[in-house]
Amino acid sequence: MTILKRGLSRRRVLQTGMAGIIGSGVAPLVFTKGAWAQEFCNNPTGDTVVFGLNLPLTGTYAEEGADEQKAYELAIAHLNGEGDGGLLNVLQPSALKGNGILGKKVTYVSSDSQTKSDVARAGATRMIERDGAIMITGGSSSGEAIAVQGLCQEMGVIFMAGLTHSNDTTGKDKRRYGFRHFFNAYQSGIGLAPVLGQSYGNDRQAYHLTADYTWGWTQEESIKAATEALGWKTTAAVRTPLGATDYSQYLTPILNSGADVLILNHYGLDMVNSLTQAVQFGMRDRQANGKDFQIVTPLISELMAKGAGESVKGIFGTSNWHWNLQDPGSIAFTKSFGAAYGSPPSQAAHTAYVQALLYADAVERAGTFYPPEVIKALEGHEFDGMGNGKTLYRAEDHQCIKSVLVVQGNESPTSEFDVLNVVQEIDRDTVAYDPAIFGGDLGPAEPVPMCA
Amino acid sequence: MTTFMSRNDLFLFLGFTIVVLAMPIWLAPFGAGYPDLLQRFMIFGIFAVGFNILFGLTGYLSFGHAAFFGVGSYAAVWSFKLLTLDAIPAMIFAVLISGLFALIIGFLCLRRSGIYFSILTLAFAQMSYNLAYSVLTPITNGETGLQLTLADPRVLDAAVGQTFVGQPVPTLLGQQLGGYAGFYFCAGFLILAFFIAQRIAGSPFGMMLKAIKSNQTRMQFTGFNTRPYALSAFVISGMYAGLAGALLAVTDPLAGAERMQWTASGEVVLMTILGGVGTLVGPVIGAWIIKYFENILSALNDNILARFWSFLPEGVADVVVKITSKFVGDGWHLTLGLAFVIVVIFLPGGIMEGVRRIAAAFRRSGSSSAKPSARTQPAE
Repeated sequence: MTILKRGLSRRRVLQTGMAGIIGSGVAPLVFTKGAWAQEFCNNPTGDTVVFGLNLPLTGTYAEEGADEQKAYELAIAHLNGEGDGGLLNVLQPSALKGNGILGKKVTYVSSDSQTKSDVARAGATRMIERDGAIMITGGSSSGEAIAVQGLCQEMGVIFMAGLTHSNDTTGKDKRRYGFRHFFNAYQSGIGLAPVLGQSYGNDRQAYHLTADYTWGWTQEESIKAATEALGWKTTAAVRTPLGATDYSQYLTPILNSGADVLILNHYGLDMVNSLTQAVQFGMRDRQANGKDFQIVTPLISELMAKGAGESVKGIFGTSNWHWNLQDPGSIAFTKSFGAAYGSPPSQAAHTAYVQALLYADAVERAGTFYPPEVIKALEGHEFDGMGNGKTLYRAEDHQCIKSVLVVQGNESPTSEFDVLNVVQEIDRDTVAYDPAIFGGDLGPAEPVPMCA
Repeated sequence: MTTFMSRNDLFLFLGFTIVVLAMPIWLAPFGAGYPDLLQRFMIFGIFAVGFNILFGLTGYLSFGHAAFFGVGSYAAVWSFKLLTLDAIPAMIFAVLISGLFALIIGFLCLRRSGIYFSILTLAFAQMSYNLAYSVLTPITNGETGLQLTLADPRVLDAAVGQTFVGQPVPTLLGQQLGGYAGFYFCAGFLILAFFIAQRIAGSPFGMMLKAIKSNQTRMQFTGFNTRPYALSAFVISGMYAGLAGALLAVTDPLAGAERMQWTASGEVVLMTILGGVGTLVGPVIGAWIIKYFENILSALNDNILARFWSFLPEGVADVVVKITSKFVGDGWHLTLGLAFVIVVIFLPGGIMEGVRRIAAAFRRSGSSSAKPSARTQPAE
């Protein structure tokens, strides 16, 4: 008769358990052994190199995510020497040869971030750990960008942010491994305020509706500061959850608030909804304090303007880039994108495309994929020809300093894409600012953290 | 000689342990053998095991368990920020806070049973979510999520003069918990959690909980006060959720409000039902399946599908890719929904019922010499 027949003694269980614990303590060493072979995360050893595209394909910012994906596919094709070469021909200075990066063909993996920070991080982790992505890029929300940027710093993988407009991305949450080409809310404020002052006067009462996360908070702060410097007063600033669909409960109180300007710190589908509903409320036909009631959308893109249709006519905002600019870079990009997908690119697509090229160019100039060298190559890099004029990747905060566009909803569009007019191009010296004002700490590039 | 565990229980436990520890090996061919997903398998396994202690044993269907999960995450991240980057204090802190939170919510909600209980828990969870999302933003940082920064005080670390270079990450006695180390750390806790759940289910206390499920009124007539038992089960399962939330923060130190949303609460209910309510292994399997779908199916795109179906003739392949693409990528919920509907219609007892049926069919078809000791191993 064995012990097993009648169950086990406590002693036997403890013995077995101890063996199990020792076994599980040793096992990890076996599995991570291979990791020592490479000196940094996902060092590409084959003849291909993998980009990790982290894109919001569902959720509030899905439309920009889809446009970014097209842009990345185009950029990767151009980097590999396929298609018409796009902006490879106009980037100045350029080390790109059109044969991939350092002779390795570029491929990509993608992940749907659902416009949620948690999911974006999980997706980025998967692409780094499983798919061996050398660089993570994309995203259309600052919440995502900041979350993924922190992760990339932890893993030692470079993050080329997609569309992110919060001051925090290159401000208090900046990271050594994170880079942003897109402009920020502070620059929107500098650019937009003079135009608002000219058009609407210096005696206005502003009411803010703000998306309740990092981008909304910093944009509200920046626009408030810029308009109050003009002499405007802020009646109230109300936070709305990201992804809300019905704004009537937020719009009704505005009518009796004494405000005569509504500032919508919304983006993507949120803005399409809030702007359309505000116009349906008859806000633009109203008079308040003896003036015409106005709506301002500090950050706006063609995709949103298209979505809002009639409602966007005459409304002021700022953009990073517009397809109708007449410099060689913008023309070349609009042409390649249009040929491939049959529509002009949005600013999200533009920033995504440029970020992919800039990373590739930095690797070529560094001569290695080793992240600290690539970071050095990007920091303080000055380039031209990408559609925003002369641009500097500032070393202090990894923010690109370039000109910013003030745009206005087109009163008489000639096509469904011709929805925004560029009112003014604010040059980069005007929108440059002292990086110290937002605090934060980039952290070190070395020692390079090692991913699993 | 005292018997500690029945033989069946012991085999189940050992089988489970082996399956869990060997996951990096046997999951690799399915494209899931990478640390982040394995960690999630462990974490949500713990969450589901804990949920099953409440739902499976007492029959109380809580629709608000994500609240405890979220509270655990936030508590852990705050411990990393304020005290130390070591994982142990964070987890103790998280389990205590979520247990306390569960005690308060449980005390209020358990005054009702059935659908009223579910609605109450849902209401509390949604309240917690909204608090985390917009009201308590100084504590939770709302939609942006709570992250570790270099500037955090970390009193205990500072006291022993420990400094960090680069992005602060949680550690265990100085050892970093990324990658496979994180997986084995979580796996240890899943095995422990499973063991405790097994002991609870087999104990007199577990018998009381099952009695509550089968007929609460009769129990009260025989002189038992059922409320303390149900409340204990609620708190234990809340602590399990807090532990899972803390582990998620340990392996990935960012706490976002989304993990408290009602969809997250619904997800753990789905996991449990999909796997098999009231069984020990079922909820874990359910959790693994849902997380697998979420992470793997959602990452498939048209290119991968085209390669997968490339053996078909040209025109047919295009059509098949077009159809299947609706079920992967951002359409993975559709696949999950279909799987759920099929399981609920044909296997009301979840996947574990399927396993039992297959085992029974084998036993019947097998000759009489089949050993009666043949039992089902946890399905994988």
